Amino acid sequence: MSDVTADLFPPPLAKGRSLWTDAWRRLRANRAAVVSAAYLVVMAVACLVGPLLTGHSYTAIYSDYVRVPPSLSPYPQPDQIATALEDLTRRMRVDLASWQEEGERVRVTLRSTRPIDPRVTRYFDRSSSFTDTRVEETSPDGLGLTLSTAVARHYFLFGTDNTGRDLLTRTLIAGRVSLAIGLLAGLTAVVIGVAYGATAGYLGGRVDDVMMRIVDVLYSLPFIFLVIMLVVFFGRNFVLMFIAVGAVQWLDMARIVRGQALSIRRQEYVHAAQALGVSASGILWRHVVPNTLGPVAVYMTLLVPQVILLESFLSYLGLGVQEPLTSWGVLIAQGAKNIPSANWLLIYPSIFLTSTLFALNFLGDGLRDALDPKDR
Amino acid sequence: MARYVLRRLLTAIPTLFLIVTLSFFLLRVAPGGPFSQERGLSPEVKANLERVYQLDAPLWRQYLSYLADLLHGNFGPSYNLPDFTVADLFRVGLPVSMQLGSSALLLALIVGSVLGVIAALRQNRGADYAVVALATAGSTIPTFVIAPLYQLVFALTLAWVPVAGWGGGALINKIGPVLTLALPQIAIVARLMRGAMIEALRANHIRTARALGLSGWSVVVKHALRGALLPIISYAGPAAAALLTGSVVVETVFAIPGVGRYFVDAALNRDYTLVMGTVVVIAVFVILFNLLVDLAYALVDPRVRYE
Repeated sequence: MSDVTADLFPPPLAKGRSLWTDAWRRLRANRAAVVSAAYLVVMAVACLVGPLLTGHSYTAIYSDYVRVPPSLSPYPQPDQIATALEDLTRRMRVDLASWQEEGERVRVTLRSTRPIDPRVTRYFDRSSSFTDTRVEETSPDGLGLTLSTAVARHYFLFGTDNTGRDLLTRTLIAGRVSLAIGLLAGLTAVVIGVAYGATAGYLGGRVDDVMMRIVDVLYSLPFIFLVIMLVVFFGRNFVLMFIAVGAVQWLDMARIVRGQALSIRRQEYVHAAQALGVSASGILWRHVVPNTLGPVAVYMTLLVPQVILLESFLSYLGLGVQEPLTSWGVLIAQGAKNIPSANWLLIYPSIFLTSTLFALNFLGDGLRDALDPKDR
Repeated sequence: MARYVLRRLLTAIPTLFLIVTLSFFLLRVAPGGPFSQERGLSPEVKANLERVYQLDAPLWRQYLSYLADLLHGNFGPSYNLPDFTVADLFRVGLPVSMQLGSSALLLALIVGSVLGVIAALRQNRGADYAVVALATAGSTIPTFVIAPLYQLVFALTLAWVPVAGWGGGALINKIGPVLTLALPQIAIVARLMRGAMIEALRANHIRTARALGLSGWSVVVKHALRGALLPIISYAGPAAAALLTGSVVVETVFAIPGVGRYFVDAALNRDYTLVMGTVVVIAVFVILFNLLVDLAYALVDPRVRYE
């Protein structure tokens, strides 16, 4: 009796493979795409978490360290303590009698022709080189003062910028902005493009004609003109900014999705749904849009680097995010202005931007190969 | 053929009209005006300025008078560069931009095609990977990174070329701008050429030519290349229009007195006439080059005929 039930319900032979599992398998076999994906994850995590670990805020200004070159050893470097002390005493209008290092602390003796106010220690604490300043002893006539202060050690692995901010922190913060804009603007473009294209393609006929003619006209306007007008409309607002970028990038998406929708609307399952009385919006949402997602996914991964590039370009022109917030484009623009004296300002942000774009492109190519094997 | 060209030129008129109308009103509904950013301008002075340029007239009348001026070939005065008319600016700047653009285009087409053919003939071997890597690099590294890097390496470190400037059109001043303009185009052309060539080499008539005993070289140059040129030609049209009308980044970084700089500045300062002039010039270039592309198609591909 038990044998019969076993015959009636044989174990499933092999699990069916969907388009997506198949694509996933092919994607994993593509080494460049996998490495790129891993790199992007590392980059995203670094940009998210990194600014918390660098020990600097992206807005913190170290006035003693304007445009210091990248270094693995901490600032102030040995010879800089003397110059920092000289600068400080000049600002305090007293003379530097002597100073010596005692471990992590510096013992400084000051002289002046007028009595020295012990509150001068504030000058030390306010400078970015020293911290925790204490008065050790005052000479009986009040004209001399000995104080000890701790040297504040700062690491600037990528150096600092024109106003003395840590470039590593700023590059990572810029990465947050660039990646966020890339994703969000890409998403905006996809949502508008898919909705528009699917509607035009599914409805067809005169509606399609009019809708696609609008796309053609927008295409023929110089692209940068359109972007600038949108930026002007929305002001220099971070959120509206990427919506503007996305609002320009949806044109290609709409064309691709429309082409897909044109063929999907002739499929039997769509006819069946129509015969069952499903509304147009229901068919669009349930049948047309899900079936366009393959090419949409591919296009989206290639769109994100384009958007990041566009955002950097706009920021480069000064239309993008505003100080103190920053993006890779802003940093590169500033770096380009400083190449004779401080080339690290150009080099590090450029490396971050281009390597990310590279990875995104490889991932996009890999995804295209995975989802559309006949195109290889 | 002549009738076809004439018909295409006639259909360009409504297109141009639409573009002009759309950008005119888009520009005007944007907040601000050409004189709103100047500080310390008393309302009377501003009103007078606006009267001089007829900006106080109703919008539809301004539109009609702009259209009428345009039909007479008059682009109007520039608001932010008051000593010049828009036509003056183009007369000086356009030749400069066109010189750089055409050199970059020519360089890109030649180098890109050669690289693409080499990659296709050596598919999946060292040379192919090198070309693909170069193509990826060329299309991902932005111009505004390449240009300052070029200055850093060749002008500041090696001191082979001047950092920036036009230098009256001296060859040495043009190297940087032309290379910067050409590099991304080389990448795209090489990629297109590689794909088209790989496909063309698989075609039946190539197999036949090989079977007939033609040498490898003549098969590639005479038969395969001809078919593979089609995607390059259709790409070259829009690319030429974009290159010849100047690039903001390259002209800013290298301090080139071309027209590429005007567009962004003018749009930001609401220099209405200058923006409109640039839109018209770019549109004319796009239309013209699209027509040239279609004519070139007929030359390369005998199946394409225009009656």
